[in-house]
Amino acid sequence: MSPKPFLRIENIRKRFGSVVASDGVSLEIDEGEIHALLGENGAGKSVLMSMICGMVRPDEGEIVYKGQSVRFNSPREAIRQRIGMVHQHFMLVPNLTVAENYILGQGSALRVINDMDKVHARIRELSERYALDVRPEARIEDLSVGEQQRVEILKALFHGIDLLILDEPTAVLTPQETDRLLALMGDLVKDGKTVVFISHKLDEVMRVSNRISVMRDGRLVKTVNVADTDARGLARMMVGRDVRMELPRGPAAPGRIVLSIENLACRSETGLPALRGVSLDVRSGEIVGIAGVSGNGQTELSLALCGLLPVDSGRVVLNGQDITGLDPARINARSVAHIPEDRHKHGIVLPLSLGENTILQRYNESPFATSGMLNRRPIREHTRDLIRRFRIKSRDVDQKISELSGGNQQKLVVARELARNPDFILVNQLTRGIDIGAMEFVMEEMLKQRDNGRAILLISTELEELFAICDRILVMFHGEILGELPPDRNRLDELGLLMAGQTANVVQPPLAG
Amino acid sequence: MEQVNQGRENVYPQAAQAFYRTLSQAAISAATPIAAVLVALAFGAALLWVNGFNGSDVVTVMIFGSFQDMRSVGEILLKATPLILIGAGLCVAFRCSIWNIGAEGQLYVGAIAATLVGTNLEGLSVWVHAPLVMLAGAVAGAAWAGIAGYLKVRFQASEIVTTIMLNYIAIILTSYLVTGPMKDASAAYPQSARLLREAWTPRIVSDMRLHIGILVAVVLAVALYIFLQKSSRGFALRVVGLNPHAARYAGMNVKRNVMIAICISGAMAGLAGAFEVAGVTHRLYQNISPGYGFEGIAVALLANNNPLAAIISGGLFATLRSGSEVLQITSQVPQVLVLVIQGIVILSVVAFAKLRDTLRIVA
Ligand SMILES: Nc1ncnc2c1ncn2[C@@H]1O[C@H](COP(=O)(O)OP(=O)(O)OP(=O)(O)O)[C@@H](O)[C@H]1O
Ligand SMILES: [Mg+2]
Repeated sequence: MSPKPFLRIENIRKRFGSVVASDGVSLEIDEGEIHALLGENGAGKSVLMSMICGMVRPDEGEIVYKGQSVRFNSPREAIRQRIGMVHQHFMLVPNLTVAENYILGQGSALRVINDMDKVHARIRELSERYALDVRPEARIEDLSVGEQQRVEILKALFHGIDLLILDEPTAVLTPQETDRLLALMGDLVKDGKTVVFISHKLDEVMRVSNRISVMRDGRLVKTVNVADTDARGLARMMVGRDVRMELPRGPAAPGRIVLSIENLACRSETGLPALRGVSLDVRSGEIVGIAGVSGNGQTELSLALCGLLPVDSGRVVLNGQDITGLDPARINARSVAHIPEDRHKHGIVLPLSLGENTILQRYNESPFATSGMLNRRPIREHTRDLIRRFRIKSRDVDQKISELSGGNQQKLVVARELARNPDFILVNQLTRGIDIGAMEFVMEEMLKQRDNGRAILLISTELEELFAICDRILVMFHGEILGELPPDRNRLDELGLLMAGQTANVVQPPLAG
Repeated sequence: MEQVNQGRENVYPQAAQAFYRTLSQAAISAATPIAAVLVALAFGAALLWVNGFNGSDVVTVMIFGSFQDMRSVGEILLKATPLILIGAGLCVAFRCSIWNIGAEGQLYVGAIAATLVGTNLEGLSVWVHAPLVMLAGAVAGAAWAGIAGYLKVRFQASEIVTTIMLNYIAIILTSYLVTGPMKDASAAYPQSARLLREAWTPRIVSDMRLHIGILVAVVLAVALYIFLQKSSRGFALRVVGLNPHAARYAGMNVKRNVMIAICISGAMAGLAGAFEVAGVTHRLYQNISPGYGFEGIAVALLANNNPLAAIISGGLFATLRSGSEVLQITSQVPQVLVLVIQGIVILSVVAFAKLRDTLRIVA
């Protein structure tokens, strides 16, 4: 350890109105380490890191970087000092190419454009060196989240950095992509860079980091060496109590079939075959999981179930009624709730208030509206109720949802959907961005819904999530259901093989043909 | 926007803090357009000064020159009428992220329809005929805008392009009509027949040109504000404008909301056209609008797409317009310079709107 820390944060304070996001935080980051930052949703992790990278200005306190006191007024100034950050929610312009995004906002744009070939060449070179697989001419909107994230990381590398801050980089990644990212962090450190990363996943934190800092309620609880701690201890430090890693749950009591998918086939938005004859049933009182590497038709399955993707053949039957090809409004009205994969795109409207976001589907229903006019009071009361029940950290129902921390936004989506009293709940990545304490709570809520006779389909790339609450797990590969397994951690290997498309060594009922 | 609000100690109770925050938000909202106009006028004054005029005098005339007596105030309000109507209507379209640049064309089509209804249908009472003329203008404007709306929802055609093209068509169509089929045979100039008396928009004071259109404009602007902020349909429009993906997901009919929003803005522009004919000229002319449809865009922009604020910004643009007319009569300042100053106002409004957003984000 070097005597002088690489980065020292000294007694930083930041308030947003009545919310104290940083309450006198002091933290030291050493050169060449991987430093993990943990904490509950709304603990102030993103805000703290945003202050280091110049996105947010601290009210008080000092940041000492490479021995000098610094004060950045914009991310550009931080980049000039070789500090880069990949935010929890990406900041790329969707209809521009990768290369165009990189030179965006670089003062001498005109000169840069002349050198576009050089920009492309440099992107290719960096992409190769770190095995990032980024094409400079690719358009952002055509990329998956995982790819976009690599684009963001390469963007930081492109500008040249010594310190890379990653805000919940693995939340949106598949396990395979996560492994790749963790390896990349190691490579960066080997090249003399320092990495700070925020995560809610204790196993990966334990795997790669050298030191771990835990935040709670805007304060730094403690910084520990990874060797001196374990997941349980970290969890306790974060939440302030013991977190059950294993949820107690009774056996499922499946009832009648609520949702039945028969031989469903459809094409993706780009016109390629995405679902090739998917059949499955979800009964009331059970949670059915769909595991799989992302990009194997899960997105299309959920879009088709919501009525957002045209169906080529096959049927979707809900409560005995054919709902194939109905529009989203009609499907919503048949008490289908949905927690979407991409909350910023589909789940919420960032510039609107918490109250407005809770009535997105029910804006024209009593008691939220009567004769075409919105009723402020019931909207606010309902929202307050959700905030209380799901412990959503917020200031006020009229506050914009964009001001909430990522995990709290997700909690609001979950709360909103469960409050609609649905028969069928379609869930895509239930706990994305949610801290372990809240995860326990949200999962318990799902189990309660199950025991109340709801039918739940949980699509997830997060195996832990699936094992924790599902009653059976279906594996999806290349637009087909390859097999079914019980949620038994001992059969992880089988699951892995199925996810890779290998059916041979798995014992399963013989398939027709 | 909380920037102003970073009292170091938590001495204020919650309610007072909330009040303080609302106040500082309102201050930023109100201050930016005012600052924009002031900066623009300062630029304008400097520009005039460089060109050898007494800049500050000229700017003073531009702002206050038109407030001479009741009559000149009436003339300002007369100009404010189409600007408020169009501006408030465009607020609705812009909130739904529809870039309707075609208010000018929608105004012309409204004027044509108003003329058709106003020159025919003899024998109606003023209580029937005058409102009928307004209705005709609004319906025609809505239909004209609806074409662009339909092309957008059906073929994803950019409404920016289609509305601009529809502008040309409407303006040329008007020229054709007043030189051909609708031309007043007895007149030397291209103009339509005079509207029937009963079709005229009633005046507020009999010896002034100001007509009840200004009242209609204000009432409609307030109504549109309530529609956007308080009604469930208005809520859906805003959601569609802010995040069409989430809107679709939530079961909102994006296409229908787009059509409604663009038709509302078209109806308001068409109504403005009807008032120009039925309230001011009483005939259809080739250049019935001096660019109200385009200025309306700036009115909505300055109002930050809030129809209520469009009443004020519409009034402001009308004042500048009147002032520049006074200038042309009383001084040597060439008209292009006046136009340049108006252009600077619009540009600085855009710049300040951007600045306001950054102020809010930086918080
Ligand atoms: N622009 C803002 N305006 C108001 N409050 C804000 C703003 N940004 C953050 N906050 C508040 O500051 C607190 C800390 O937020 P932060 O985003 O740092 O949480 P986090 O630790 O990153 O949580 P998560 O794990 O959910 O991402 C939260 O209560 C949040 O609501
Ligand atoms: Mg965060």
